[in-house]
Amino acid sequence: MKGWMRCRIAGLLLAGALSGCANGPALRGTGDLGVVIERATGSVQVVEHSGRTSLGAVPGLGDLSHAHVTYSRDARYAFVFGRDGGLTKVDLLTQRIVKRVIQAGNSIGGSVSQDGRLVVAQNYQPGGIKAFDAETLELVSEVPAEYALGQFSKVVGLADVPGQKFAYALFEAGEIWVTDFSDPKHPKTERFPAGKQPYDGLVTPDGRYFMAGLFGEDGIALLDLWHPEKGVRKILDGYGRGEEKLPVYKMPHLRGWAMAGGFAFLPAVGRHEVLVVDTRTWTEAARVPVKGQPVFVMARPDGRQVWVNFAFPDNGWVQVIDTPTRQVVKTLAPGKAVLHMEFTPRGDEVWVSSRDDNRVTVYDTDSFAVRQTLPATAPSGIFFSHRAGRIGF
Amino acid sequence: MRHDRSLWVHVLVLLGVAVVAATAQAESLSPRQHELVNMVRQDCGSCHGLTFRGGLGPALLPEDLHDKPVESLVATVMMGRPGTAMPGWSPFMTEAEAEWIVRRLKQGFPPVAQQKESSQ
Repeated sequence: MKGWMRCRIAGLLLAGALSGCANGPALRGTGDLGVVIERATGSVQVVEHSGRTSLGAVPGLGDLSHAHVTYSRDARYAFVFGRDGGLTKVDLLTQRIVKRVIQAGNSIGGSVSQDGRLVVAQNYQPGGIKAFDAETLELVSEVPAEYALGQFSKVVGLADVPGQKFAYALFEAGEIWVTDFSDPKHPKTERFPAGKQPYDGLVTPDGRYFMAGLFGEDGIALLDLWHPEKGVRKILDGYGRGEEKLPVYKMPHLRGWAMAGGFAFLPAVGRHEVLVVDTRTWTEAARVPVKGQPVFVMARPDGRQVWVNFAFPDNGWVQVIDTPTRQVVKTLAPGKAVLHMEFTPRGDEVWVSSRDDNRVTVYDTDSFAVRQTLPATAPSGIFFSHRAGRIGF
Repeated sequence: MRHDRSLWVHVLVLLGVAVVAATAQAESLSPRQHELVNMVRQDCGSCHGLTFRGGLGPALLPEDLHDKPVESLVATVMMGRPGTAMPGWSPFMTEAEAEWIVRRLKQGFPPVAQQKESSQ
């Protein structure tokens, strides 16, 4: 009885201590949380998409001019990769930095391993990938992208794939590498020739096919990770043959790509077109003419719509493609310099960032009505926590 | 008395420093130059980095550019570099504007105005 009382008192004291904690967060889940990158000020806003509000800002993240965010397995922590090589672990619940390291001179992103224990960064300078303990951010191992003696390549398009592996492309080397971290301190790497200047990569949602978009030639390098022995296959080879390519003012991004009803929707480099690829045969099925050069081509989670934003100077527009008819059904003007879009987990709404209008606009994807606008300083990427449970994000 | 004078010297020096700092801050750019600053920081920045430390494209800091002639840099900006990812920007600026950008990059590039206002 006395022991029980003591416990109760201790419990009450503990509860008191917790609620007495000035900024102590109320008990809540992280499934509807996310971050918005504030590019110019080196901060992120932690947001929630059920009520469409901002919960707070986390400053001190360095140069976020090309930032990427990936999530811990439990979807509580955001790993923010900055251009300056900063890797920061942010707690969504407390909106605080848990840990921050400068891991490279110039970095563009990273990804979390299948088992959630490693966070792997892809770097331009020094070119290569580095694996960190997802708990402590201590360096575990690294794979320099040395493709020839003394020559290092920038790494693009890193994707986590099943089997504790990571697939990525080497811009200068023109290769795809697949590194196995099953033995985290002794990674093993396989190399595949891919094509000229791969600029980004992606893995299909099932983790089977890794694709690298090529800048130096028209085409996409495709590697079947179930049959790596077959090597890289070039698809959509010469999709713009005989046509003058337009100057490219912003590289398209492939991650967050669009897979809808057995067809993949991909940005065409240097063209005002979205390419539609039949994923059974990996051949071109159609091209959808759009308003500018696509940067992000993203499918609503149900695959019924594909949303597209564009490179400078057409970056004030967003277009929506109806996938069964492959027609543009809506053209929106969310604001100046639209940089990114992120769907809510089941696609009822989409958040769109407008860098030069300093706002994020939330659209209803059925009616295209604006549900909310949120102020943000030069917002770029928007990343929701459901990415934690997806392959290749 | 001597004490007082040295105090005044300090005050004057401090005032001078403040005035110099204020003029450096309020460097007057035309609206078009503001547009160019934003374009270079943000759109060139998507490959070269917002702070010009490089990305897919090379770094554009004064120490990276000091030994490169203005004319050849202006040509690169206007026409791009075949065989690389650098496009030509001539549809969006005149040669004189490209030269202004190149000279400013060599000196140290101004920040985006809006960046200053909104960083509370």
